[in-house]
Amino acid sequence: MELYITEISKYVITLLMALYAYESFAVFRFQEEEKRGGIYTRQNFLMLLIHFSCFMAICFETEDISYLFFYIFQQVVLFATAVLFHMIYPKANRLVINNMCMLLSIGFVILTRLSYEKAVKQFVIVAVSIAVAMIIPFFIHKLKFLKSLTWAYALTGIAALAVVLVLGAYTYGSKISYSIGGITFQPSEFVKIIFVFFIAGALHESTTFFDVFTTAAVAGVHVIILVISKDLGSALIFFVVYVLMVFVATKNPLYLLAGAIGGSGAAVIAYQAFRHVQIRVQAWRDPWSEIDSAGYQITQSLFAIGSGGWFGMGLFEGTPDAIPFVEVDFIFSAIAEEMGILFAMCMILVCISCFIMFMDISMKLNDNFYRLIAFGLGVTYIFQVFLTIGGGSKFIPLTGVTLPLISYGGSSVLTTLIMFSIIEGLCMVKQDEAREGARGEKKRVRNQRIRSRKAVDKKAEDRNESENE
Amino acid sequence: MNKRPAKKKKNMPIMAVTYLFVAVFLGMMGYICHYSATHKQELINNSYNGRQQMLTAKNTRGTIYADGGEILAQTVTDGEGKEIRSYPYGTLFSHAVGYATHGRAGVEALGNYYLIHSNAPLSEKVANDMEGVKYLGDDVYTTLNVKLQEVAERALGIYRGAIIVSEPSTGKILAMVSKPDYDPNNIEEIWDELVEDKESGILLNRATQGLYPPGSTFKIVTALEYMRENPESYQNYSFLCGGSFVDGADRINCYHGQSHGSVDFARSFAKSCNASFANMGVKLDRSKFRDTLSDLLFNQELPLDVSYNKSRIDVKEDSPNVDMMQIAIGQGTTGMTPVHLNMITNAVANGGMLMKPYILDHVENSMGTVVEQFSPSSYKKIISEGEAEALAGLMHGVVEEGTASKLKGLSYTAAGKTGSAEYNTVKGDSHAWFTGFAPVEDPKISVTIIIEGAGSGGDFAVPIAKRIFDAYFEG
Repeated sequence: MELYITEISKYVITLLMALYAYESFAVFRFQEEEKRGGIYTRQNFLMLLIHFSCFMAICFETEDISYLFFYIFQQVVLFATAVLFHMIYPKANRLVINNMCMLLSIGFVILTRLSYEKAVKQFVIVAVSIAVAMIIPFFIHKLKFLKSLTWAYALTGIAALAVVLVLGAYTYGSKISYSIGGITFQPSEFVKIIFVFFIAGALHESTTFFDVFTTAAVAGVHVIILVISKDLGSALIFFVVYVLMVFVATKNPLYLLAGAIGGSGAAVIAYQAFRHVQIRVQAWRDPWSEIDSAGYQITQSLFAIGSGGWFGMGLFEGTPDAIPFVEVDFIFSAIAEEMGILFAMCMILVCISCFIMFMDISMKLNDNFYRLIAFGLGVTYIFQVFLTIGGGSKFIPLTGVTLPLISYGGSSVLTTLIMFSIIEGLCMVKQDEAREGARGEKKRVRNQRIRSRKAVDKKAEDRNESENE
Repeated sequence: MNKRPAKKKKNMPIMAVTYLFVAVFLGMMGYICHYSATHKQELINNSYNGRQQMLTAKNTRGTIYADGGEILAQTVTDGEGKEIRSYPYGTLFSHAVGYATHGRAGVEALGNYYLIHSNAPLSEKVANDMEGVKYLGDDVYTTLNVKLQEVAERALGIYRGAIIVSEPSTGKILAMVSKPDYDPNNIEEIWDELVEDKESGILLNRATQGLYPPGSTFKIVTALEYMRENPESYQNYSFLCGGSFVDGADRINCYHGQSHGSVDFARSFAKSCNASFANMGVKLDRSKFRDTLSDLLFNQELPLDVSYNKSRIDVKEDSPNVDMMQIAIGQGTTGMTPVHLNMITNAVANGGMLMKPYILDHVENSMGTVVEQFSPSSYKKIISEGEAEALAGLMHGVVEEGTASKLKGLSYTAAGKTGSAEYNTVKGDSHAWFTGFAPVEDPKISVTIIIEGAGSGGDFAVPIAKRIFDAYFEG
């Protein structure tokens, strides 16, 4: 009997997810947030159904009803997040919040399937992180001095990364984390945000060659520390974010070209200089010849992606646990295997929908500083998604970064939640600008009307005068 | 600056970056979908993929059938509930059907993905769950024909060698024999012995993996190249054979030193005159010859799903005459698999179009519903229609007035080429080759035969071809 349920639920979940992905793009048909209300409500409904169906499938497959309690906790937190955010910040963008909750719930589902213990841990971290994230839009909205802390950002970022380099613990060959009181932090995650603030601060007023040059030096220090720590994924993210932010700040494509050339040069040097880079590239080009050593992870990941088919094996039906570090670096492969390629594709579409909304918000911001922040965070987010999914599917070499909001890892999920909250804060900044703009516009229209009336009066006067003659 | 552009809310750099990322993501999504759809089988069959064990624990391995519905391999459960793979025909299909323990070979490897998956209807699976038994894996139907396989296997007798029988117009493999063989029913017990025995290579499927000097069968290729280089004048070719061809200090002898007298192009081919072909060989344009060899898939991957070896031939831009003399008559360092020669024969028989050889016909689920149907697919036109016709004519001449005259005057017409490939230059031992097809007018069947160390192709391989053709045309 449960076979019917688990089989049918595969198709139902895929269909619901496809509908959700559709709605997350349907949003862009309307320019005003007010007109999107129906879509958002439908999204909330679909999220609930997907989350519920996944846990029903888990319960039937494992014949263990206790998962339901965990599900209820998750559902309460996610539902509360969606509702509370909207209540506290009625002007905030609901697509960002909905997508955030949708992606979190996918993360909960797949983590529950992979490791109950880790899922519970992640759930607690997410619940606390959301509480933190709730207050962030307020600060972004109100604290105007954020613009003037440029060099403080630079110092904090470099210091945090340097501390890891000196004191940090090696995890699987890279120095990326250190522990305070039993809690392990991965500072490169948080520094991503600080770094975006630094560049926005440095380039929002003037973009002379000198400005670009000094920021390049600071960005270079970040990247070099990360490369030495062997955190190649983060190094790449910092580099790409820097180049693209300079491009947007200066509107000069030459910087893009320079970045591309410099980046290629640096990549070649890194490949020559570092053994671990060579191993990664080798394992990407031909993982099959080193299947039991350097190519093991990636081939196991490909096995997972290849075995699910369009609709997946079903939760608890596959063996994604064969991939080492599946819950961190290869969570996408686990999703593709058990929930299907179609579901995984819809999930990518939801990520893209977030990114497009970030870019949309960025474009609508008049203030350069805020615009650059929205843009920089958007690129940070989507590029990380690209690195982890592309790496796990052998589209690009593996860099070992997390899939934001879905992968296991406290620092990662907290950072991403903060990023999403900052975007929400920027939405409120945008609303202020629009209000002021509207006021300004009204004034301008009135002035114009007065001016034109005067002109008409003048013409009439002229006519009168000529008639008089 | 005017404040109006801000109202438009368009920022070109941001737009550009947005489009760039969306494009990259669409590319990546396309890649993932394509990869997972096209590499499914390859990934499942990899021995490092633990999902195989999971599937075999869930599904009973399916049955393999011959084209007439005869069972070639099936999984039975013994009294203690242990699953045993049984092969009712014993050694007969050992290399074609292969084995499924200690790795996999033959159809067991080729169809593994289907055999370990179950497309049984949901209701049946539910019933299986209730009973606590495994689901039935899907069944694989092959193109193999029991009768032809039996004839071929018996004809080869005690000799080592290989026979491959196929259908030129579709690429269907009808029979595939390789000797020495083994009984797959006992694979567990004899495995260690088989692996240790390096000398006889019992586990090697000689039909697809055996690299042999092609001997005179290679003259099909040399003749094709000579015609390509001399499209007008090859008809006027003539050579006076005194039993050998001499170039400087190097000499090529005809088989058993026989002198063929004055021969033209067709007669050189029919009589398999080594001297005449060595004479053509030294005149060939090395560079053009290399192109032709690539067309014919030498040194290249074959469009073949079973495991095989690439045929190798070494023609360089500056190959000296002494090498070309050897190459032209299929001796020297050239190594060719029987299946490759069969594919070239099929292309000749099929107007130049090479059909991709295949051995899996269709897959059915436990209820007999077809899950997947494989149909003939053309690989490439490796030679032109005119060339195919000319070669078929030459090969018909081999039967009518040449070395394969044992196929003359039968109820069907046949065409082919014999070969006696010397592998021991001191003693003059040779492998007997024949590759050919019938009937000439509308080829239905082709065979390629190699018998290790038997002697001349005309004496030993051609009679086997006749028995196979007879069996096929008898109905």
